[in-house]
Amino acid sequence: MTETIRTSIDSDHIATWTIDIPDRSMNVFTPEFFARLDVLITEAAGSTTLKGVIITSGKPVFLAGADIKMLDQMMRQMGQDVAAMYERCAGANRLLRRLETCGKPVVAALNGTAMGGGLETALACHYRVVADDPRIQLGLPEVKIGLLPGAGGTQRLPRLIGLQPALMLLVEGNGISPREALKLGLVNQVVPAEQLLSAAKAWLLTAGDPVAPWDKKGFKAPIQTGLLGASASQVLMGASAMVQQKTYYNYPAPKAILSCVYEGCQVPIDVGLRIESKYFTTLIRSPEARNMIRTLFINKGAADKLSRRPVDVPPSKVGKLGLLGAGMMGSGIAYVSAAAGIEVVLLDRDLPAAEKGKGYSRGLVEKAVSRGKMSAAEGEALLGRIRPTTDFADLAGVDLVIEAVFEDRVVKADATAKAEVVMPKGSIFASNTSTLPITGLAEASSRPKQFVGIHFFSPVDKMPLVEVIVGKKTGSEALARALDYVRQIRKTPIVVNDGRGFLLSRVCGAYINEGMSMLLEGVAPALIENAGRMAGMPVGPLALHDEVAIDLSYHIREQTKKDLGDKFKPASGDHVLDVMVELGRFGRKAKKGYYDYPENGKKHLWPGLVERFPVAKEQPSVEVLKKRLLYVHALETIRAMEDKVLTNAAEGDIGAIFGLGFAPYTGGPLSLVDTVGVAEFAAECKALGKKYGDRFAPPKLLRNMALRGEKFYP
Amino acid sequence: MPDAFIFDHVRTPRGRGKSNGSLHEITPVQLITQVLVALRDRNELDTSFVDDVVLGCGAPVGEQGSDIARFAVLEAGYAETVTGKQLDRFCGSGLEAVNTAAAQVMAGQAELTIGGGVEAMSRVPLGGAGGAWFTDPQLAFHTHFIPQGISADLMATLYGHSRTDVDRYAVESQRRAAFAWANGHFARSVVPVKDVIGLPVLERDEFLRPDTTLESLAALEPSFVEMGEKFGFDSVAMQRYPQVERINHVHHAGNSSGIVDGAGAVLVGNQRIAKKLNLKPRARIVAFATYGTDPTIMLTGPSYASQKALKRARMNVADIDLFELNEAFAVVVLRYMEVLSVPHDKVNVNGGAIAMGHPIGATGAIILGILVDELERRNLATGLATLCIGGGMGIATIIERV
Repeated sequence: MTETIRTSIDSDHIATWTIDIPDRSMNVFTPEFFARLDVLITEAAGSTTLKGVIITSGKPVFLAGADIKMLDQMMRQMGQDVAAMYERCAGANRLLRRLETCGKPVVAALNGTAMGGGLETALACHYRVVADDPRIQLGLPEVKIGLLPGAGGTQRLPRLIGLQPALMLLVEGNGISPREALKLGLVNQVVPAEQLLSAAKAWLLTAGDPVAPWDKKGFKAPIQTGLLGASASQVLMGASAMVQQKTYYNYPAPKAILSCVYEGCQVPIDVGLRIESKYFTTLIRSPEARNMIRTLFINKGAADKLSRRPVDVPPSKVGKLGLLGAGMMGSGIAYVSAAAGIEVVLLDRDLPAAEKGKGYSRGLVEKAVSRGKMSAAEGEALLGRIRPTTDFADLAGVDLVIEAVFEDRVVKADATAKAEVVMPKGSIFASNTSTLPITGLAEASSRPKQFVGIHFFSPVDKMPLVEVIVGKKTGSEALARALDYVRQIRKTPIVVNDGRGFLLSRVCGAYINEGMSMLLEGVAPALIENAGRMAGMPVGPLALHDEVAIDLSYHIREQTKKDLGDKFKPASGDHVLDVMVELGRFGRKAKKGYYDYPENGKKHLWPGLVERFPVAKEQPSVEVLKKRLLYVHALETIRAMEDKVLTNAAEGDIGAIFGLGFAPYTGGPLSLVDTVGVAEFAAECKALGKKYGDRFAPPKLLRNMALRGEKFYP
Repeated sequence: MPDAFIFDHVRTPRGRGKSNGSLHEITPVQLITQVLVALRDRNELDTSFVDDVVLGCGAPVGEQGSDIARFAVLEAGYAETVTGKQLDRFCGSGLEAVNTAAAQVMAGQAELTIGGGVEAMSRVPLGGAGGAWFTDPQLAFHTHFIPQGISADLMATLYGHSRTDVDRYAVESQRRAAFAWANGHFARSVVPVKDVIGLPVLERDEFLRPDTTLESLAALEPSFVEMGEKFGFDSVAMQRYPQVERINHVHHAGNSSGIVDGAGAVLVGNQRIAKKLNLKPRARIVAFATYGTDPTIMLTGPSYASQKALKRARMNVADIDLFELNEAFAVVVLRYMEVLSVPHDKVNVNGGAIAMGHPIGATGAIILGILVDELERRNLATGLATLCIGGGMGIATIIERV
């Protein structure tokens, strides 16, 4: 059997343990790894000849720590007895503590990235040497999946590098380079990669000390020395407030991390490790961690690997892309495409407009170069791939055309027809419409099977999600190639069927409408906005509406009215649109909307808002408002599922979080429903419906699920 | 229930709570010792009759730690039989100490007690005691902890007190304090603090800035902007009070209580001991109360504690002739007057901590003493002393001249 850790002992009695998990591209914690390490530690401790141990990796990455799928499995046993869960969680800590106290000096020779449990393993060694490679990342990112470093990270890191830098790394979860790590004292030596093992060995032979600093007599952890002084208590006080400011009490992990540090650093390390394992147990049993891991990692990972791609279409790549319209969206798409190595023809009605679109990329390139994130040559090459033009003939030889012209059927139809004249036979035409149904737009196409929707979000270079829309006539090849392109530009796709507003525009609309409805009910504007942020949304509904533009909503509403005729039903908050548009308060671009945008100063709510929408004497609790803002999101997602626009829960959740910034701690609107309980959620919506209107009435799909005791996720 | 009477009160002048303050060279034990000595000497007190000395202290650590009361008693040369007890109810400590001393008398378990407090803020800094509230993340999160200055600004934001409102109040506090000193209103109770060679180092409060004007205050930057915005405390406050769009930071060094060194004590006993030792009862302690409120806004406790004490005394706000409310921050007094509909000419008539300073553990005893003196000077009958307290508490004591 192939071992998870290979071993060798040299003539100087130095053992080298090389981690190399079989059948895995990356080293992760597995039960076999732990079992093997256990045996090796026992052997090393008992050896009378061994002088020291070097731990390194046989793969490019040193060790990535816990396997997320294994964690997911563990979480499904959440209902398990808490004492048993704690025993499981404490296992890694006990093992690494045995390594640390085995009596032989141990060096971690970090040949590659060590994140999470990988870095924690290195911290349990007595010395750390890292290869001098800026691509190597060292960090404890557990907080990002709703967990804490549960293999000693919260205890060893502050004892090693001090309170403040440790809290930063632990609470933010970002990785740092070897040289930054050296500055912080996180590692002892940074050496050229080829000298890694010899440097490790040199330490063992010359200085090798098998006792960790915290096991030496008289060691004081940062809190033990500073609790009566101002420093530790000031740091902790500030850290608590900053976490509260950032997380709005929605994320248990950073709070648990702070507590591990606060409580654990006042006691000996063995007690501290016990405390850490207990807080880890609370997190692994939390719905937040389970939901975040499922949506943000497992399901997003599947989407990134194009789980929805029709398998029978051969893989494709876009070499040349045509972009119609060099406005905000068009220029953003041009940038991300050129950044992925694609030749881009950026077409607009006049050349200055097209040039201006390219200018957007130039701005981003200059920023990236000045920050050292891109070399000047790379930047030049990127810009060289974007060709501004007014001539449709330049579209010859494109693999894909994306139309991002004005949101008007006639304009779009004209652009489609002109492009298709030049486009190669097999190429795909995509519309970046945000609201107009694809099926209707495809009527302007001479080859509707090759017509698909690719809906980007603004700003394109920052937003990680793309909504791919399948029209009635869209063929599987068009879908597959659209998805291949999304992967090529390194974004995450979701696939939805056609419908007014597809998935995300309508869900976003529901959130904004709820804010407007609250305004009409007389809820104080500040309360509405704080409720949105406290619910976990990036901005309140009114601020969001200012960003997307109030007049745009107005025009969409008017268009919908025209399209639907008698079937049109006004939304509960519509009156606000009329008032704001009448006042010319269109949002941020007009420098006035629900907010005022002073030239030099922070935006603030427009004082006139409360005159137009008087504040009621009795104000609702913020908890009710938060619930409404989250629940309308979920209800609209469920209705989209009922309408067959959305075909599976995972994409509904991924879309909401990565497309709209929907409260990540929930795992998405449908995970939220599961967490509340489908029946409980339906009952709550029914009650909300009686009070606030039909938009809360539980859809049939939800009622049926509740009756049958079904959930969105197994 | 035996009545508890106030026989006398002595306090030190308040020195700037910095290394350039006149009392900085005086140890906290010395500060309170000189108060106890004065209290004994001017009453020709046979200290063997004193049952207990209770002292408040807001930072009971270091040289203020380990029951400073017992050692001040010994240092002052009181009879060895006199016990000492130290207590900490933050800013309410001094009044709590008097109430506790009185409670022993009222309960019939003591005849003669002393309640007071001491705080040498130049030597043992505010917050020097550490504490779980702001360091333990579980607690900080659970209670929406924010520093007191942000609480004061939150109050001003919620109740609509502008920067001008609080500054105007501060100017008036300075004016009243200067007037009171100039006219000898404090002469009866303030005893000079002496150094080791017996010379006085401070005879008058030295924190006052009688030349303060609205204009001079307007030039000061608000103190809690950075803490609020950079460290996230504004956000914590707003998450507790989500109707607030942003915190209006109005408080600064000029309209908040001053950091000073000082000590004070009140001699309390029953009728029998008064006769026996020929002590003259000056006021009766009618009732006292404490009250807990939301810890985030923290500073609204005084009105609740006052109403609770009034109810216990079967009195109304209108029955009180004079109020002493500790000027922790200007807004605390403005809000109190608003809630209880008390006119400003009944409140802090000799100024307060904005002008003279707030030696945390001592202030409660000091303002109670000021109240007794002023009721006598004006020949009025009833008074109420009250303070806001960290952690969201209030304390109040009602007295009546006899």
